[in-house]
Amino acid sequence: MWLYIFKRVLAAIPVMGFVALFVFLLLRLTPGDPAAIIAGDAATPEQLVLIRERLGLNDPLHVQFFTWIWDMLRGDFGTSLLSGTPVTKMILSRLEPTVSLALTTIVLSIVIAVPLGVIAAWKQGTIIDRFVMALSVIGFSVPIFVLGYVMISVFAMDLRWFPVQGFRSIFDHGPGPFFERIALPTMTLTLLYVALIARITRTSMLEILNDDYVRTARAKGLTEGRVLMRHALRNCAVPIVTVIGIGFALIISGVVVTESVFNLPGIGRLTVDAVLARDYPVIQGVILLASLIYVIINLIIDISYVFLDPRIRYA
Amino acid sequence: MSHPLKPGVAALKGALLGVSALAVAALAAPVEAQTLRAVKHSALRVLDPIMTTAYMSRNHGYMIFDTLFALDESMTPQPQMVDSWEVSEDGLIYRFTLREGLMFHDGTPVTGDDVAASIARWGERDGMGQMLMRFVADMGSDGDDVFVMTLSEPYGLVVDSLAKPSSNVPFIMPKRIAETPSSEPIPEQIGSGPFKWVADEFQPGVIAVYEKFEGYVPRSEPPSWASGGKVVKVDRVEWVVMPDDQTKLNALLSEEIDYWEDPPADLQPIISANPDIEMRNLNALGYQTIVRPNSLHPPFDRPEIRRAAIQAISQKDVLDAMIGNPDLYLVCGAMFICGTPLETDVGAGALITGGDPEGAKAMLAEAGYDGTPVVLMHPTDVGTLRTQPVVVAQALRDAGFNVDLQAMDWQTLVGRRANQGPPAEGGWNMFITNWVGADVFNPLTNNMVGGQGPTGGGWFGWPEDADLEELRLAFTRAGSVEEQAKIAAQIQEHVYEMGYYAPIGQYFTNTAWLSSLEGVLDGPAPFFWNIEKN
Repeated sequence: MWLYIFKRVLAAIPVMGFVALFVFLLLRLTPGDPAAIIAGDAATPEQLVLIRERLGLNDPLHVQFFTWIWDMLRGDFGTSLLSGTPVTKMILSRLEPTVSLALTTIVLSIVIAVPLGVIAAWKQGTIIDRFVMALSVIGFSVPIFVLGYVMISVFAMDLRWFPVQGFRSIFDHGPGPFFERIALPTMTLTLLYVALIARITRTSMLEILNDDYVRTARAKGLTEGRVLMRHALRNCAVPIVTVIGIGFALIISGVVVTESVFNLPGIGRLTVDAVLARDYPVIQGVILLASLIYVIINLIIDISYVFLDPRIRYA
Repeated sequence: MSHPLKPGVAALKGALLGVSALAVAALAAPVEAQTLRAVKHSALRVLDPIMTTAYMSRNHGYMIFDTLFALDESMTPQPQMVDSWEVSEDGLIYRFTLREGLMFHDGTPVTGDDVAASIARWGERDGMGQMLMRFVADMGSDGDDVFVMTLSEPYGLVVDSLAKPSSNVPFIMPKRIAETPSSEPIPEQIGSGPFKWVADEFQPGVIAVYEKFEGYVPRSEPPSWASGGKVVKVDRVEWVVMPDDQTKLNALLSEEIDYWEDPPADLQPIISANPDIEMRNLNALGYQTIVRPNSLHPPFDRPEIRRAAIQAISQKDVLDAMIGNPDLYLVCGAMFICGTPLETDVGAGALITGGDPEGAKAMLAEAGYDGTPVVLMHPTDVGTLRTQPVVVAQALRDAGFNVDLQAMDWQTLVGRRANQGPPAEGGWNMFITNWVGADVFNPLTNNMVGGQGPTGGGWFGWPEDADLEELRLAFTRAGSVEEQAKIAAQIQEHVYEMGYYAPIGQYFTNTAWLSSLEGVLDGPAPFFWNIEKN
């Protein structure tokens, strides 16, 4: 097992290297000039040349690439071309809103979606099943920004239960202001993830509920609750955990629309701002972080399979 | 002996006790800092207002730096950091005595050496500053509080240059900061302006925070544009970045923000219907939207083809599509902005009378236009720039041009327009941009009326025209406003004749703020002093 984890970590290194090279080249081949953005509309060509020189943008591509890699290996992810702020600081300051949103969304989604999926499978074909499936379709179909605006209109503007926008750190402001601000974006994203997880749970449960061992469990006289939760649900945990893990990674790597509608200063907005401003070091840093998160979460999901299904063994 | 209270009286007593407790608690609580929360037109990213011409950086500069002079609402330069000044009889030596009590945010006094270093750095970057520096032989100090500028020959625009209101504004910094090369960002945000920069709370793309500078000594005159007393009446100003207009609107309506610099036209009816929000245009000069042909490559390397293109365009059509509301735009042929002493529509022709595609067609036929495509860059991601290229492209097509309208994001355009190569090699033929009126209101600040060419420091489009440069030089030597206006008219007529550029409309944007704010000032940039929050 430990050997497997070690090998997976080793395998992540070339993946990260490939991502780094790909991102670097993609950015350099994309039209746009950070020097022109920094200098502004009235800059003369001479001024642009001077700024490019200072930023090292006139160096050959391979020199720029290896300088960046070397700096990263020493823990220096560079500084924003525009503001001069260290990239690490910029990313760290944006992580809390994003991670908070990911955690609250995933926790709430699991709490709602898994029981809904189990019940829908158990009551297949009934009105409850149809209700859950209808909810799932709505969750998939309604654009997030529409849902976000409706949430704001109802709960912030009309009822005044929550603020319209913004984020308050739980560490700086305490749990009250934190939950007050994270509630609406969480509820918005949760509908999407409830739809996803409930549907996967239902499908997996339906396959398992027809298996012999479930019939045996019922024949032994176990209650439906025990049959569903201890025998059926545990055996369909693998696909559910996979979907949850991927969903978590998706939120961490940026939910731009939700962050924009609720003005959450998260990773998604940082990425879009950096792309629009051609802020190369920031884009590179954020995309590397996102790919690292994907690698780690995939690893965690793989390892969790062993605990969820003892039949799975990694050599 | 105590008597039980009736239920109603008990409730009243309870309520009174509660109110008293709240009142005591309120009295005991520390007074919360009065914070003004504003949403600006963009995010602050570059903190050096000299290295960049970005308007957010200029606005940031106005918060933390001060200027020697500033324009008032009649566009007359007024002393700001300067107490008094004198000019030698031969017009070559200017002595500026600084006001008493001027102090940087680090507690050091402002000296003539600080001023000299700041003006020198500004003079390297800014067009008007560069022109001034052509006449400056020496700059230095005479004692701590006197700044001396010695000219090589008389120059009529010394004070006007030092009062330049928009990018780049000649802000005064400590000497050690101003000595930073102008191609590098300044390392510290220390000024002598009315607000202090709160570096710890700055998050690029999220928030910029300023605190009142208690050591600032405002002038005694009432504020007028950037001149007069900069009296700060709040403890703290936060510039909050919000990417979504609907979110900004909701935040303003629910009083989570106090001020919104540029609500879009389609949301303004909702704002104006709310009695708790005020909304009006604060910038009388507004903005100028312009079309710029590239003089280096066919078909616009010939003046007759450029003229035909301008002949085809109707300002009204552009503005109707772009702004819609006639209250917020002005058909104006003046290159140096309608509403200024240099306003004239000489040479504007069909541009301001509805366009003349048929006349343009005839001009093209006469010029022998061979159908060379016009690569018109179309930035689709900027609300104030995405409409004009479509209207202009149609006008050009109506006149017989073969137009290649290329969609791209603004930053791609910004990078591509610096390419002096032909369109087939990544260059371009035409683009459209917008300017703040205060940036183009005279022939020195207006980059598009320069004739320095592709190698002499000319602006994108790069026309080379010695006659035009002579006229600009003559403008600097003009002895009166009347003479300046006469030369400016000659410049405008020449630029229209050569088709170097065309203003395709002047427009205005409203600013919205909660009625609880008082003292919001007009000006060519948004100012945050004088605002009181009730």
